Amino acid sequence: MTKRFLVLIAAIGLLAACETAPKDAGDAAGASGASSTSSTSDTSASASSSESASSAAATPAEELASIGDRVFFEYDSSALSAEAKATLSAQAAFLAGNPSVTITVEGHCDERGTREYNLALGERRATAARDYLVAQGVNAARIKTISYGKERPSFIGSNPYAYSKNRRAVSVIR
Amino acid sequence: MMMTIFPRILPFLIAVLINIGLIVPSYAQTERITITEGTVEPTPIAIADFTDQTGRPGAFGRMIAEIISNDLDGSGMFRPEASASLIPPPRTPSIKPDFSEWTPLGVKALLVGSAQESGNGMIEVVFILWDVVTEREIIAGEGEVSEAGLRRISHQIADLVFESWTGDTGYFDTRIVYVDESGPPERRIKRLAIMDQDGHNHTYLTDGSSLVLTPRFSPQVQEIAYLDYFNDNPNVYLMNVSTGNSELLGTFPGMTFAPRFSFDGKKLIMSLAKDGLTDIYEMDLSTQQVNQLTKSSSIDTSPSYSPDGRKIAFNSDRGGSQQIYVMNANGKNVKRISYGKGRYATPVWSPRGDIIAFTKMYKGEFFIGVMNTDGSGERLLARGFLVEAPTWAPNGRVLMYFKQSPTNDDGSGGESHLYRIDITGFNERRMVTPSFASDPAWSPSLP
Repeated sequence: MTKRFLVLIAAIGLLAACETAPKDAGDAAGASGASSTSSTSDTSASASSSESASSAAATPAEELASIGDRVFFEYDSSALSAEAKATLSAQAAFLAGNPSVTITVEGHCDERGTREYNLALGERRATAARDYLVAQGVNAARIKTISYGKERPSFIGSNPYAYSKNRRAVSVIR
Repeated sequence: MMMTIFPRILPFLIAVLINIGLIVPSYAQTERITITEGTVEPTPIAIADFTDQTGRPGAFGRMIAEIISNDLDGSGMFRPEASASLIPPPRTPSIKPDFSEWTPLGVKALLVGSAQESGNGMIEVVFILWDVVTEREIIAGEGEVSEAGLRRISHQIADLVFESWTGDTGYFDTRIVYVDESGPPERRIKRLAIMDQDGHNHTYLTDGSSLVLTPRFSPQVQEIAYLDYFNDNPNVYLMNVSTGNSELLGTFPGMTFAPRFSFDGKKLIMSLAKDGLTDIYEMDLSTQQVNQLTKSSSIDTSPSYSPDGRKIAFNSDRGGSQQIYVMNANGKNVKRISYGKGRYATPVWSPRGDIIAFTKMYKGEFFIGVMNTDGSGERLLARGFLVEAPTWAPNGRVLMYFKQSPTNDDGSGGESHLYRIDITGFNERRMVTPSFASDPAWSPSLP
């Protein structure tokens, strides 16, 4: 209990610092949203299902899922394929049409790498997707990035197909 | 709780140093992967059950003998003789053993001792290690502990037996911090846990509410640096093990991870990932002043200091794929040292300073190995579908790491367990943990 308390104080210190730090905007919004979204850090499928019951019209999360919330990468690469660029362009259009939406881009890896290297590789992938969105006109302040390395596979199994589905950057509405 | 042993080394102590040179043939990098096998003959030793006030083996005495026996057996340097318990030990260690009873076992060493209740719930523990061949006393000692301290004093005796016989530092009175894993692969719950090096005295340090990874011990033991996803902001935290309190380490504009302490405990080295770049930074822990040590467009991570603090080994993809590099502690003079086939990762400098442990990936398999600090003399010790995260026992003779099995499509499998192997005898053992386990870190010798 003491631990949590102290960590909380420490985290507030971090967020305060981030508000003054350049190029890391969006953390202030993240501070208020962090507690409510902390359990949905996995796939957007779980995020959209929790919001789908409220209205007949598509929620922003459903809309994002339908246009494609994720892009995939080759082994040990953060290069965007033509298909990935098309998906991200659609995401940029979606964000232009939903100006109040802010997102977190999660970078992920397959399990065939060491943990720390994969944390860095996941960060590269999230950054590659974010940079493409920004180049398409999305305000960088609306996009936060996070790397989960190989910690949160979306597709279960130790086979090449599962790996190809897990090497991904996923845009999640905050 | 008094748990100190004062070794009483007798004047005619003979330092019996068995030759423990690596008789392992070094081999050139070939297409065929060779896992180095054990070549050192362990010393046969009889560990008598410790006697109680009746002069016969007691419950405490049997437990002490079992703990010491397990420690020495796992070191690869000793082979405890199981039938030793069939021979009645001397009523007290002060009586010289009848060696004619023990020599038929083929043992070279004999440990006898007593554990007697001395009042106020305390237990007085006495031991003597004998050389069976020369019939001379090698080392003796005594200490007084409560019942709760019996496991620890047993490990301390095992350390003294190990040290007096091999001339090397013991590592049995140490602890392991690691990541306990539970739940399905896509929502794995990870908690920091700590235990004695033999798996006993297990406790959890975090509650699983946030993802935690890669704990590393400070040389001062009471502190652990680790990665915590608290509030979805992955950063390096410092935890005081005795109080359980954690604090965020510094303020950085991105994700900090891959922490490791310098051997003097004054500095911490780690990676900062921001805007697609991952570089290595060092922090002075007393002033929190930060220095950037690498600056490149590559991924520079998994840094590890040499024991003298002058060099840093790290992992980088600056040459195209993951390899191991060594640089001066100020970031200058970067040299690649891994030139074998495949990808090399997670360099960890031995506390002895002479070799570096690493993870290697080659043809769909993972390996744990060691190499000289210039990259020569590579020896592979363990292999598997996924083997990662070597950590050194403080004497630099034993490595711990984890192995994970493949995950099946139905979500079964994906089981990870801790293993350790001594780099002399190559005696691989699985650690018993309550659940799946990964990312082990060995403590220094306890104060």
